[in-house]
Amino acid sequence: MNYLVGAFKPPCNIFISFTDGRSRKQVPLKKENGKTVMVALFQSQENIVGEVVIEPIHGKKVEHNGVKIELLGQIELYFDRGNFYDFTSLVRELDVPGELYERKTYPFEFSTVEMPYESYNGVNVRLRYILKVTISRNYVSNIVEYQDFVVRNYTPPPSINNSIKMEVGIEDCLHIEFEYSKSKYHLKDVIIGKIYFLLVRIKLKNMELEIRCRESTGSGPNTYVETETLAKFELMDGAPVRGESIPIRLFLSPYELTPTYRNINNKFSVKYYLNLVLVDEEDRRYFKQQEITMYRNLEAS
Amino acid sequence: MLNGTEDEEKWLAEGIAGIQHNAFYMHRALDSNNLREALKYSAQMLSELRTSKLSPHKYYELYMRAFDELKRLELFFKDDSKHGVSVVDLYELVQHAGNILPRLYLLCTVGSIYIKSKEAPAKEVLKDLVEMCRGVQHPIRGLFLRSYLAQISRDKLPDIGSEYEGDADTVMDAVDFVLQNFTEMNKLWVRMQHQGPGGVREKREKERSELQDLVGKNLHVLSQIEGVDLEMYKETVLPRVLEQVVNCKDDLAQYYLMDCIIQVFPDEYHLQTLETLLGACPQLQPTVDVKTVLSRLMDRLSNYAASSADVLPEFLQVEAFSKLSNAIGKVIEAQLDMPAVGAITLYVSLLTFTLRVHPDRLDHVDQVLGACVKKLSNIPKLEDSRAMKQVVALLSAPLEKYNDIVTALTLSNYPRVMDHLDIGTNKLMAMVIIQSIMKNNSCISTADKVEVLFELIKGLIKDIDGADVDELDEEDFKEEQNSVARLIHMLYNDEPEEMLKIICIVRKHTMVGGPKRLPFTVSSLVFSALRLLRQLQGQEGDIVGEEASMTPNKIFQLLTQIIESLSAVPSPELALRLYLQCAEAANGCDIEHVAYEFFTQAFLLYEEEIADSKAQVTAIHLIIGTLQRMNVFGVENRDTLTHKATGYSARLLKKADQCRAVYACSHLFWVDDQDGIKDGERVLLCLKRALRIANAAQQMANVARGSGGPVSLFVEILNKYIYFFEKGNKQITSSAIQGLIELINTEMQSDSTNPDSVADAFLASTLRYIQFQKQKGGVMGEKFESIKL
Repeated sequence: MNYLVGAFKPPCNIFISFTDGRSRKQVPLKKENGKTVMVALFQSQENIVGEVVIEPIHGKKVEHNGVKIELLGQIELYFDRGNFYDFTSLVRELDVPGELYERKTYPFEFSTVEMPYESYNGVNVRLRYILKVTISRNYVSNIVEYQDFVVRNYTPPPSINNSIKMEVGIEDCLHIEFEYSKSKYHLKDVIIGKIYFLLVRIKLKNMELEIRCRESTGSGPNTYVETETLAKFELMDGAPVRGESIPIRLFLSPYELTPTYRNINNKFSVKYYLNLVLVDEEDRRYFKQQEITMYRNLEAS
Repeated sequence: MLNGTEDEEKWLAEGIAGIQHNAFYMHRALDSNNLREALKYSAQMLSELRTSKLSPHKYYELYMRAFDELKRLELFFKDDSKHGVSVVDLYELVQHAGNILPRLYLLCTVGSIYIKSKEAPAKEVLKDLVEMCRGVQHPIRGLFLRSYLAQISRDKLPDIGSEYEGDADTVMDAVDFVLQNFTEMNKLWVRMQHQGPGGVREKREKERSELQDLVGKNLHVLSQIEGVDLEMYKETVLPRVLEQVVNCKDDLAQYYLMDCIIQVFPDEYHLQTLETLLGACPQLQPTVDVKTVLSRLMDRLSNYAASSADVLPEFLQVEAFSKLSNAIGKVIEAQLDMPAVGAITLYVSLLTFTLRVHPDRLDHVDQVLGACVKKLSNIPKLEDSRAMKQVVALLSAPLEKYNDIVTALTLSNYPRVMDHLDIGTNKLMAMVIIQSIMKNNSCISTADKVEVLFELIKGLIKDIDGADVDELDEEDFKEEQNSVARLIHMLYNDEPEEMLKIICIVRKHTMVGGPKRLPFTVSSLVFSALRLLRQLQGQEGDIVGEEASMTPNKIFQLLTQIIESLSAVPSPELALRLYLQCAEAANGCDIEHVAYEFFTQAFLLYEEEIADSKAQVTAIHLIIGTLQRMNVFGVENRDTLTHKATGYSARLLKKADQCRAVYACSHLFWVDDQDGIKDGERVLLCLKRALRIANAAQQMANVARGSGGPVSLFVEILNKYIYFFEKGNKQITSSAIQGLIELINTEMQSDSTNPDSVADAFLASTLRYIQFQKQKGGVMGEKFESIKL
């Protein structure tokens, strides 16, 4: 058995590691098989430095047409499975064609890598970064090893961050004015605001604030839109009367949010909305949806 | 709906079960110091409070269960060695809960620890909590949540002297917090009326009143805050509370809260803020029972005033009376459809107030009464019995306070109020007045006051138009009239002239009383006049040359007129007695012709009016008795009268009566004083005549019934013999007595006589007396010596 297994096993092991792997922050990443692994976290413009160790299985020699390492940024659309769009692709040749008899270490470095997009794992789309080591061979298939890593980009707090303020209503039934203190929130932010009831002629039961995530993929007729409600947060219990103002304070930290992604490489977008829902006693729902912009803030993460 | 209560029980049981279930897991999490789980299960537990199905009463039960559990949770939160999270983080963490109600309960719980930890100023935390609680707009749930907030924050307010007081946290923040919570709670409570559970208004109101104490508790907390001094109460607390009370426009809430304000804050605060407090009253809803509110306020202030004399200057200083009086006026004006009883109740309270606070200010009392008259005059007729009772209370209050009707008589509005009473009540009130006079033994001594007094009690003095005579209760009537009669005796002045005026006034009033009343009042009046007469006699020496009106003759004329009025009743027996009294008085004044005139009247009455034989007997004895005492008559007049009297005596119907009257007449001829008439012969004649009549009676009895008549008559005559014998009437001899005794003994022993134990005893003691006199020796012994027994 051992022999058989050995026959199909690649003739060598490949290890990819980062120079600062020990000190670098690790974040969880969900793999295709559903398992979560911890991987290194980078941001754009960082140097990605490390080494690749190739260790032939004892006594075997590995004949190759060259060894290279690629840094790939890929977008994978699930409805178009198997097709990866590489928006970033950097290659370093590690070795010229030859033979490997023993363990060999190749340092590599991609300096100030432009990684404009963040890693993202959505419903219909995935954006990922990988290091791919390829040992090219003649006649037999290449030996390939991947190492995922995660990219998160921090944006400074926006210089302009207006509040969202709006008066909405149904004529002669319900008029409310709501206000969210900001239109742009970082991921651990708190939504502060209030709802002011100008006119209430329907019997309300409660009011909640939803955080909805809208992921749209593809373009033109092949656009897929997936909306997910990430949070349902009850703001009010019971029926208010005219003149009441109801406070809003929603902590975003418990929810798994990402920054807003707009038109990532023309492939997908992820947008966030606050949906204010008023429910009346007959369970009719009145709602008003407002887009908010999420950003990743260095200090808060 | 039929089994609504059953369903409710079921829902409550389910809710309790839910709480217990989650509490169990929560305890487990607490024991294992698992914060996440603790938060999860506590939130689930608190979710049971989200029910809308329970009435306030049942909801309270549920709430108390959760409350107990929250106390355990609080202990856990407090000990950060157990969960390792700072209180600040904890404060955020609990806010992650998705449902608002559990979230806010947890927030309040952590909030209280947050304040305790002093990591943030108490005022900030309190403000945040009270603001966040706005999220619960459901009346019942909101009220309970806020009452939880009030509960946990009570001992953490930045009050003066509290450990939470700091540079940033002042008592003002504490007050602001409580006021805000109060305002919000009241809004929720009021809102229940319009959107709460339950369809029927009464049911809703009942449910609401079950919750009222939750709201009122806030005012209680306010009153407990040390830092709320008069200044702050005046400037901040009261205006803001009142603003809420007025603005909520809900009668139930307004009534309850006004009452609450009055009850929880100190009296002196009320006194100093009277204007503000009273200013709110006319702004309340028309359906609010303002009168009770004001009454309570005045009652409190009255008690306060009564508690110590030291506080009275305060009342004067703030002009409490005029403020209250104005306020009441405004309230009554504003609430046009307030029933009369309400308005009068207010006046009663005001009156009580002024009586306690300004007992010396009669003008205040009169002012209140005047206002009441004004109010009453707008009402055509008072028919509400409760209103009537209040008027009685109003009128009784000054009497009780001053214990002196004289004071009340000086109140010009007093009779005007009485005019508005119905007949029955008017009488009742008149009785109260009379009883007050009796109780305090107050003497009404001027004619003017008497005039006013009789004006007051005119309900008793005469028939008032429209009174239903048939309805009169005989006993009540008698009691009333007896009281009037007693009252007349209380009218007295040492000055004969004034007294005469009084009598004339009383006469003027009583004469219109009609035949039913006269018998009661006339005798009082007569005796009152007779007293005046005696008074006059006593002073005779000094008042020579007084006006002619004051002669006894005048008074006797008056008396005659008074007694004559009885002829309308008619009440001859009474008139006769009164004439005889007057005759005696005339005797005392030594005016023969007047005395003779009175006797004439008496005899006339006897002849013409007194037909009943029993009455005749009584009358003749009265006449004899009076006549016997007269010493004013000359021989001629006296003879005429005694002759008449003996004549009438002998003409009585029954022999026994004749006999007794005749032997009584014997006294007319023997007046046992120094210069009294002593006509022994005629005495003997009378006695003999009596004996003859007794004999005749005896025979008649034998014939009629076959048995002996009354032996006692003989014994009685024997006694007369003995009397005159003792007094030295020479015509009465011992042998006559001896003969009489023998006669009696014979009669007693005859078979035909029925044994009569009374007569036997009478005889025995008479004989014993003779025996006694014999043994006494001396002159008397000698006299009796010759009588053999």
